[in-house]
Formats: sequence, structure tokens, C-alpha cells
Amino acid sequence: MADKRDGQPGQDPATQNIPETQSGTGLFSHYRNGHFFCELTNSDGTPDPQIDLIRSRLDALPLNDLRNRARQAEQELYNLGITFTVYSERDAIDRILPFDLVPRILTQAEWRHVDAGVKQRVRALNMFLWDIYHDQKILNDGIIPRDLVVGNANYCPAMIGLDVPGGTYVHVSGTDLVRDDSGRFLVLEDNARTPSGVSYVIENRHTTLRVMPDIASGIDLMPVDEYGVHLQNALAELAPGGVDDPQVVLLSPGIYNSAYFEHVFLAREMGVPLVEGRDLVTENDRVYMRTTAGLRPVHSIYRRLNDDFLDPEAFDPTSMLGVPGLVEAYRKGNVTIANAIGTGVADDKAVYAYMPRIIRYYLAEEPILSNVETHICAEPEGLAYTLANLNNLVVKPVGESGGYGLIIGPHATKEELAEFRTKLEADPSNYISQPVISLSVSPTLCEDGLEPRHVDLRPFAVTGKSTWVLPGGLSRVALRRGSLVVNSSQGGGSKDTWVLAQ
Amino acid sequence: MTTTVDPIATVPLPLLSRYAECTMWLARYMERIENLARIIDVTETFVRSGASDGWRAIVQINADEERFFATHDAATARSVITFYTIDTENPTSIVSLAHAARENARSLRPVISTEMWSQLNIFTKFIRGLNREDIRPSEISQLCARIKQDCQTHTGITEGTFYRDQASIFYNAGRHLERADQITRLIDIKYHTLLPSEAGVGSEVDISQWSAVLRSAAGYHAYRRVMTADIRPSSIVGFLLKSEAFPRSLSTNLRHLHGNLTQLRRDYNLRGASRIVGRVEHLRNILDQQTATEIIVRGLHEFNDWIQSELQDIQREIANVFWPAPGLAAVDAKISQPEPVTGQTQSQS
Repeated sequence: MADKRDGQPGQDPATQNIPETQSGTGLFSHYRNGHFFCELTNSDGTPDPQIDLIRSRLDALPLNDLRNRARQAEQELYNLGITFTVYSERDAIDRILPFDLVPRILTQAEWRHVDAGVKQRVRALNMFLWDIYHDQKILNDGIIPRDLVVGNANYCPAMIGLDVPGGTYVHVSGTDLVRDDSGRFLVLEDNARTPSGVSYVIENRHTTLRVMPDIASGIDLMPVDEYGVHLQNALAELAPGGVDDPQVVLLSPGIYNSAYFEHVFLAREMGVPLVEGRDLVTENDRVYMRTTAGLRPVHSIYRRLNDDFLDPEAFDPTSMLGVPGLVEAYRKGNVTIANAIGTGVADDKAVYAYMPRIIRYYLAEEPILSNVETHICAEPEGLAYTLANLNNLVVKPVGESGGYGLIIGPHATKEELAEFRTKLEADPSNYISQPVISLSVSPTLCEDGLEPRHVDLRPFAVTGKSTWVLPGGLSRVALRRGSLVVNSSQGGGSKDTWVLAQ
Repeated sequence: MTTTVDPIATVPLPLLSRYAECTMWLARYMERIENLARIIDVTETFVRSGASDGWRAIVQINADEERFFATHDAATARSVITFYTIDTENPTSIVSLAHAARENARSLRPVISTEMWSQLNIFTKFIRGLNREDIRPSEISQLCARIKQDCQTHTGITEGTFYRDQASIFYNAGRHLERADQITRLIDIKYHTLLPSEAGVGSEVDISQWSAVLRSAAGYHAYRRVMTADIRPSSIVGFLLKSEAFPRSLSTNLRHLHGNLTQLRRDYNLRGASRIVGRVEHLRNILDQQTATEIIVRGLHEFNDWIQSELQDIQREIANVFWPAPGLAAVDAKISQPEPVTGQTQSQS
């Protein structure tokens, strides 16, 4: 790919609209995105004067200057403690999530498409969850196998028949999107439990504007600062009825959790107390927090704790992080928990395969955002196809997240494939497979200058009585050349996502 | 949504008990670090001017003899400085205190200002990175100066940015409680020179060492201004204990502590503070009713010890009232709760 010229005839039609790579000694003089869709130069195919302006400003920066700015940004993130802490036995090491200072840019038209698609998906997810915990029409109608839902480890019997306020189960969702060679957005997975990363969306914006003021100058961007207000409003409006001024709190596992920075960030942005399990108690099926003036009622909890840890009386009895009696208070309707308990069944990788059908079933609409074609190895034809095409597919365990346990066929050795085949045959229902999507790329500061690196996009949606999507989202970038894995646990970083306001 | 009226003008915002505990201890640990740097610095001065037992005295005033001599044969400059600066095994070392301050600050990040956190973050990482090279005799004074300055920067940023509600009152109470405690320890470092039986009381060496004590508390010039030619040790002790204007005196800090607790009771309607206010009043009365000379005659060391133990009782009562251990809480005795991991100790009893 490195020695191909962009925009030459005879290539993939999707790359023919690219403006001619600028010659000369600018930062882009060695930038080649090959057949991958480039987030900066391709956008939606029509030339955009603002994007051209941003590109020419970037192009004119001396590489050393850009490196200095990157160092500044890194130092600032470190000093501000925008870090996750890795605890070893004797020490606590602060790491920053690698940050790339070249923004990823979405046009207004691209954003409107994503925004509508995410909202549609969240609506369908909430209707699906309501249904499977109530009438189970979708199961009775045979749209999705009953066992896949009811037999799912994340299906929570305690939720059956419970009427959650506003019918909202997924208050905060993160939809992982990728773009194929033609620039088409595809949903890779839904995150309907406790999706993380939104703090980086906002902090990346602050950092980028501080170190790249000249690049951003005069460009009208959609703001990202309203997230906390929207989240606080959603939690307040879905608080149990009859409360005038509901007390909202954020429940965190505490300072030893690797996402603690994000919990702090959100509590501050929402203007609500960050509590740990030990700060809360239940009394007569109501939830209180311990304050210097005694116990004070709590009405809505944005929890950043998995279901299992929420309440030792209802789930894992060894959990020290939760609040005994919380689930009973929830079932009595005395407290709102966001996201609801038992949403994990909706973002299961096997259920994901049915999402297009779920959307059509509840909304009678075509999905605005397509799924990646998915083969369910629990089904005989899916397994047969996967085994026959192992070297061309990405195979993922359904229960894992963070990019663990998956295999990318074309990148794997013969031995790795053989080993994986054994695992797959031993437990087929634990896997799904998808074709390898050549993720889009974004110009990224690397050792040799600006180079294309693969990115994904996680927009965050907040749902109270209605849904609002934070403009942009988290752009994760695979910093290793050629790597398609953007997860921070696997060498990924992140960059600011700009949505052009017009 | 967001409140535009200062909550104090309407309904005071509740403060989590855990936050109250952490703010108080953040203040105490930062003060303790600063005082330890002052004491190491002044001891270095004593030793340079010929006091042979200088380093042992630090171990004594911190009541660390047992732990120190379990792992060291003698209180040498090197062993004591290492013990109190970079020894991570010693809970009363600067590195351990900085770690404790940092963990409290991490818990408090939702409450404290970004500027406070950022400076604490940089400072505590600097302390964590110290090694043997940094505490060599040629470096130690400079290091102490840097630590003092960083602690004072923290104090200044806190003054300038910490929102003035309950949390800041608990913070201030922690600071004043710690300063009150520390001034008695600083005086104790030279109390034996005031024992009537001791030879050489009031000698040249003695006076210069008392001047060094004043300097280490940043009180030398103020003392000179107020007391002019009077440089008797008893007058210096009187200044450090009873001055109403010197920011580190026992008297000033008891007054402020009293004020903080009164604010909690009055502005935040925390009735549990009343009993503690009473205890602080009692301490203030006892201090007011005696001259420095009387205190010295009755036993300065015993007085300092007694004050320290009273202050510990006050801290304990504050904990019992504002962050009762879950088992003791009136409401939820039936619910078993995990042990709080922030349970903090005085480490100097």
C-alpha cells in the first residue's frame, strides 16, 4: 500500500475522488491511504472547503513543531491526571491513554446520518429490552431464538415484569462504528451496559484546541461540553415519581478502578456526588447516602459498576463494592438505576446479529446504520461457513470485550488458525464471525511523520424521555502500523472528533 | 439543573461523610509533610552548630523510637533522613505521607478544584521519584526548601480555588488541628534545654538553637518585631504557644479550629459539632490561664504531650460524629458493610 499513488485511475472507485496529494515537502507529502477510506481527505466524496483548509494548515506545519505540540499535550494530560492507574503490588503507575493531536473530521451530513442511525438503534434496544422482560412478543413470534435471549448469561430474571421509568433501560449507550473502503458506516457492536470513554471525547477536545489553536481557528465545530448536563437531566427526569428535586449520584467502584478518572470527570460535569458502595445504605427499601448531617435520600444512580457487583444480596455475595438491598429498592420503584440491570443481553455479540431484524420488528423501519455481516457459530450454517473461511474472517468470542480472545484470519499464522479451529469446534456457540472490514484511516502522527492509522468511532447517546447523541464521539486509533485493533488494552489511542457545524 | 444561587443562601448541599474525612486528612498530611521538612531542615542546622543528639530528637518527637531502632543501630544523619524522607516502609516518612495525601486527593477529585489536583499530582509524583542522591547532605536543605514551597503552593491554591462550603471547613479544621499538634512537637525538640537541672540553659548555643526553632516555624522576624531584645527561651516558647497573631502558634490554631467547628454547627446545622466545640474551648481556657513560665515550671514536655493527646481525642470525636464507622451508625446496625479503606490514623500517637 505504501508505494501506491492515491487517486490513480484503475483503483477502487471509492478512492478516485480524493484530491491530488499535495506535492512538495508538506506533512502530507508522504501520506498514502491506499484503498482505505481516509477520514480527512475523502469525507463524503465532495470537496469541502473547510476540510481543505484544515488539511492545508496541517500540511504547512513543520514536523518538529507538531512533535513539540504532541509532547506538550502529553505532559498536560499527565499533569492534569487524565490518566488510568495501573496498580501493582507495591506501586501505582499512572498512564495516559495515548493521544493523537490530528483531529478526525466528520461533515454535518455525515453526522446527521450517524445521529439518526444511533437514535434509531437506541429506540429499538429499549423496546427490545422492555419486551423480553415483559410479554416476550419477539420471542413468541420467532424473530429471535428464545434460548439466545432467555438462556443468555446476561438475561436477568430479577428484571422480569419490572416497569422501569420511561421504559428506558439503556440510558447511556456507545455504538461502535467503523467505515469500510467506500466510507459506509457499519455498526460493529452495541455497548448497552456501562460504556466508557466519553470523558476522553471532551478532554480530547480541550487538549486539541489548546495545542492546535491555529488549525481550529475560524472552524465552526459542534460543541461537546453539554454531555454532563444532558446526562444529569436524563437521570433527574427518570427519577421515581413524586420527588421534586431528585438527588442524583454517580456510583463508582472507587479510586482503584482503572476508569476512575472518567467517573470523577462525569460526576463533576453532572454536578452530583461521586459515591462508592460504602457511602450508600438501604433502609425500608429506600436508598440513602451517608453525609456529615446523617442519611440523605438518593433517587437516581448512574452506576459505573457491573450488574454482578451492584448488590451482594441479589448477585455476587462476595462483592464489597455494591450496596446491600439496592436491587430490592429498585424493584420497589424507589430508585432509578442507569443503565438498568440486565441490559447486557442486548449488547451480546450473538444478539447483535439479530439487530437489523429487531429494528424492523419494533419500528417497521429499515436500519439506518447497517450491521457488519455476521455469522452465528451457534447455528450450524454459521459454523460451517466460519470453519470453511477461517482465514478470511474475524472470529470473536461473544462474551469478551476489549479485543481479547479474537482472531483476525488474514493476520494469523497457520498454527494460530489451527489452534483456534480446535477452540471453535469445542465451543461453537461462544463465537461469531465477520468478514474483515478494512477500517477507515485517519492521518496520525507517527515515528516517520503523518501516516494513515485505522480508526473507529463510538458515539455516545443519552436517553431520558428522549435521546440525545453527543456530536462526534470517541475516535479510537490503532497506533501500530496495519493494526485493526483500536482497544486501549491492545495498543490503541484516541483523537479528537470534530463535527463541522455546517 | 445548575444552581446559580450560592447554596448557603438556600439549602446547604449535603457533604458525603467520606469526603469530609478525606478533606480533613488531606490537609493534615500536607501540613505534616511541610512540618517534617521544617524539622529536618532545622535539625540539620542544629547539628551543623554542634548539637550531637539532634537527629535522635526527631525520632523522639515523632514517637518513632521503637520502629526506628528495630531496623537501625544508631540515629545518624543518614539513617534518620532516609527514614523520614524516602523510606516507603516507614508510614511517617514524607514519601508515605505524600502517598496518603495523594490517595485522599484522588478520592476528593470530584470536590477539589482542578488546579488543586494538578499541583498535588505533580508534587506527589516528584516525592515518589526521590532517591538517595536527592537526600545527600549537600542536597537536603534545598530539598526541604522545595518541599516547603510546594506545600505552601498547595495551601495557596487551596485558599484561592477551593469552594467555601462544608468540605473547605473540614479542610481548614484539619489544617489547624495539625498545626496545633506540630507546634508542640517542634517546641519539644528543644524542651530539654529548659529543664532546670540542665547545665547551659540560656547559653550562646542554646539561644542560637532556639532562634533556629523560630526560623523553622517561619517566626523569627515576627518574633523579633514583637519581642525586640527579649530572646529568653521562655519568651520564645510563650510566642510559639500563646501568640494570637502568629499563624503557627498553638493559640492561633486552637482559635481557628474553634471557629471551624462553630461554623459547622451554625451554618450547616451540624449539631454534633457542639460537644467538640466545648472540648476545644476547654483546651483554649487551659492555655490562656497559664504563662509560658508557669508551663515550663510545671513541665513543658508533659504539657506538650497532654495537648497532643487532647488533639487526638478531638480528631477521634470528629470522626465519631461526622463519619461514624458503619457498624456504629445509628440507622443501619443490621447491615454489614465492608471496612472503609480510607480509615486514617494519626500515626504519631
